[in-house]
Amino acid sequence: MRHLLSITDLSVEEINELLALGTDILNHPAKYAQRLAGKKLATLFFEPSTRTRLSFEAAMYELGGHVIGFAGANSSSAAKGESVKDTIRTVSCYADIIAMRHPLEGAPVAAAQVATVPIVNAGDGGHHHPTQTLADLMTLHLEKGRLSHLTMGLCGDLKFGRTVHSLIGALSRYEGVEFVLISPAELKVPAPITRALAEAGIPFREAESLENEIGNLDALYMTRVQRERFFNEADYVRLKDTYILDEAKMTLAKKDMIVMHPLPRVNEISTQVDDDPRACYFKQVNYGKIMRKALMLKLLEE
Amino acid sequence: MNIDGIVSGVVIDHITPGMAMRVYRYLHLDQLDCPVAIIKNVKSSHMGKKDIIKIDDANFDIDLNALGYLDPGSTVNIIRDGKIVEKHHPDLPEKLVNVIHCKNPRCITSVEPGLDQIFLLTKAEERLYRCAYCETERK
Repeated sequence: MRHLLSITDLSVEEINELLALGTDILNHPAKYAQRLAGKKLATLFFEPSTRTRLSFEAAMYELGGHVIGFAGANSSSAAKGESVKDTIRTVSCYADIIAMRHPLEGAPVAAAQVATVPIVNAGDGGHHHPTQTLADLMTLHLEKGRLSHLTMGLCGDLKFGRTVHSLIGALSRYEGVEFVLISPAELKVPAPITRALAEAGIPFREAESLENEIGNLDALYMTRVQRERFFNEADYVRLKDTYILDEAKMTLAKKDMIVMHPLPRVNEISTQVDDDPRACYFKQVNYGKIMRKALMLKLLEE
Repeated sequence: MNIDGIVSGVVIDHITPGMAMRVYRYLHLDQLDCPVAIIKNVKSSHMGKKDIIKIDDANFDIDLNALGYLDPGSTVNIIRDGKIVEKHHPDLPEKLVNVIHCKNPRCITSVEPGLDQIFLLTKAEERLYRCAYCETERK
């Protein structure tokens, strides 16, 4: 039995296999319509989510399976003080696979200690979000045609942005990738991540100006400054509008640069950019569902 | 000063001078009911000075991992019938269980009851460990 707690639980070969499977699912959805018939997915979302939860649920329905679960700690026994481990022991009796989101970092690791079915981390605080990374990799694979030899810009909240941490971890394993980390000083990528990049000899630079860097990028990954990660509201208000990608900034970008965003967006990407053919963030949503289908197939059929 | 030798028990020798009380706390020796001697600043030909802890309990099961983390230069002698039957030189352990605690308030270990505090060695030369749950680093 395998779990997916961090994107590094998957080897590069396994990621490439999932991308190939995802591409086949995208092109031949009917072939997979009943592949998980009779299987049940439990979506345990201790923290609010629209996209990820619905994406998992849609993915399971499209594979012929069923879905149970809850959307918010208040509608589960967590509100009564039940531990994560007890919830997982219980749900393991009801479902064949569990996708869980939790506001605390490492909660899926605790879950995996007692689970008797595969656990998929659907986001744990500011820590990891591996299935979003699978969506991001699929987007780069299909829209740029490669995962190697990319100048990858990541912009916004790089401190608490779990999607950023997971994506850096995944792309670091591909050849010739250079990272441009654009953030205010207070929201820089955590030191262990930049130290690991430096030790592995992977080129990266930290910058504060999006305008100065956008012209160098093959792909730009925008992120939201997340109110829910701040202990201090004043810090959030001060930092939330640091970066806004608009039409004017897009004129500085390469003609084939793609814009990505894990969503939800607040105002860090102007709606004017939505019609730009380089905007890929809504395609990313669909790719996310496709890759969750590929992942569930892998975990349940292995 | 005269401290009797022990017949059956554990002697932790070559403790870095000044570390004995820390070792005492981390190994939870305060919870033992048997005689425990802490001897500080003993003359040592190797170290100049050293601390020693003697535990007069044949059933005491020493956590070598915890000791390896706290003071990797120390030596553990297991005594039976007045003789040293085992000698250990604890290394910096690959894994620490319930020795140090994660200080990240966003870590699941801060609220989940009954969860072992697990740290994994990340960089031995810097004595750097990482929480197995949230990956927060500690030295």
